[in-house]
Amino acid sequence: MVDIPEHLLQRSAEARAKALGISVEQALAEMKGESDPTVISKEPEVKTIDETPAPAAETPAPAAETPAPAAETPEEVDFAPEVKVTQRLLTVVKAKPIQKAVSEPVDKVNTWPHLMLPEFVSLMAMTAFLILLSAILQAPLLEEANPNVTPNPAKAPWYFLGLQELLSYWDPQIAGVMIPLVLGIAIWMAFPYIDRNPETHPSKRKFAIMFYTFFLAGAGVLTIIGVLFRGPGWNWTYPWIDGIWFDDLLDWIHFE
Amino acid sequence: MQKLSLRDRIKKARASASDSFRGGKLMSSIFRPGSPFRKGYVDSPRNRSYVVMNNVLYHLHPVKVKRHGVRLSYTLCLGGLSFFLFIVLTITGIWLMFYFRPTELAYVDIQTLQTSIAFGSLVRNMHRWGAHLMVLVVFLHMSRVFYHGAYKAPREFNWVIGVILLLLTLLLSFTGYLLPWDQLAIWAVTVGGNMAGYTPVIGAQAKFGLFAGLEATTATLLRFYVLHVLFLPFIIVIFMAVHFWRVRKDGGISGPL
Ligand code: HEM
Repeated sequence: MVDIPEHLLQRSAEARAKALGISVEQALAEMKGESDPTVISKEPEVKTIDETPAPAAETPAPAAETPAPAAETPEEVDFAPEVKVTQRLLTVVKAKPIQKAVSEPVDKVNTWPHLMLPEFVSLMAMTAFLILLSAILQAPLLEEANPNVTPNPAKAPWYFLGLQELLSYWDPQIAGVMIPLVLGIAIWMAFPYIDRNPETHPSKRKFAIMFYTFFLAGAGVLTIIGVLFRGPGWNWTYPWIDGIWFDDLLDWIHFE
Repeated sequence: MQKLSLRDRIKKARASASDSFRGGKLMSSIFRPGSPFRKGYVDSPRNRSYVVMNNVLYHLHPVKVKRHGVRLSYTLCLGGLSFFLFIVLTITGIWLMFYFRPTELAYVDIQTLQTSIAFGSLVRNMHRWGAHLMVLVVFLHMSRVFYHGAYKAPREFNWVIGVILLLLTLLLSFTGYLLPWDQLAIWAVTVGGNMAGYTPVIGAQAKFGLFAGLEATTATLLRFYVLHVLFLPFIIVIFMAVHFWRVRKDGGISGPL
């Protein structure tokens, strides 16, 4: 047998002494086999950890079939009484997976190849598309930056053009347009906590679907106006009459 | 004994060479059991699991997924493509960094890149169009998630992470926009930064912090550069990790409808 370090022995003797109500020296002697072990007369207090509610609350049917384990009278387990008092919590097994013997069957397939192959194909298709696009369309590079020459109109990147269009309707300094914007982002983040309807099928969440579609359409229309229908002085222009002011994409036309 | 034709003999020799290579110590040390690159890979359910489990990259995936989830029409692969575009942008972006200085020389560096460096123009275009595409794809991914109601319990928090990812994607794109240091870059960023200036209460400070001054200068360029190549990618990778982890912890893909 391995020699148990003195300090560990001391520590467990203290714990044992405390549990059995004997002196530390006595416990130490017992543990070293120099004295007969103290016999506990009363049933040791065994604390059970019960995190989950009674199974009856969740699954009434199986609970009836499998009576709580406590109902079974334990046989006299008198071997090694010290085991009972030095037990420690090793792990907490959540009751759910054990008591719910049958989880709902889900129709599953192997990730390899059924998911990874389509993924690989779409990845390759995307790469091919991007390389092709980049070979055809030249990214714009206008004259060098010059803080003294303001282009007219000066447009934000396209994904902010809807916002720029929106801002052009009010004097932002007065109307404080950023308040609704920041609020909008916060609401957008909190959306799952606002929409408490558990249904996922479109026919059962018509309002949410309408709401998002309206949002999409609005953002789309504003962005298209910003991209195609705004010219010098942010005045309304018709792309087919006045031309387009959108260097982000259109510079490639003039390239070489 | 039947005499083999030359062709068959070559075929046999090749097969045995392939076997001894794939079964050799080197390949067995690189590829873990169940890899198709090892000798004796057969298509069995166990090997199908091993392929996923024994590869550090693939095991982002669970071994099995819901059948409806692999139908292309469910996710349209949009989340995966967002991630993939991010990888492409990282690779092309690092390549661009070799030729780019975020100073008064930035514009000249881009010109040089386009005219005198092999594949310079192509890689720059890939980085730029890829960035536009990523904004679009992330937006479409969000729309897909919304229309499926995929943000509902227990996935609420992953939607929150998602919105943060969207904002980070926009910020990455916006900070990159300034870097070519041409008229398009500086004025688009000026317009965008001025919008930030309209933020109530802290508007002036937000704008000053963004521009590193009162207007877009080379100090802004340096600031945007550091944000673009280091800070924001670092943050977005962390949020992506949480996002993917939550997809699995929330019970895999949502649905079916
Ligand atoms: C950088 C951006 C993003 C990346 C790389 C990304 C990646 C992914 C991936 C790979 C999935 C697995 C399923 C799928 O492909 O659809 C997923 C699911 C999900 N994403 Fe994203 N995502 C991003 C942005 C967003 C945004 C902007 C939102 C919403 C605001 C969002 C919300 C969700 C939700 C709720 C799921 C779970 C969907 C389900 O279980 O059906 N993600 N994401």
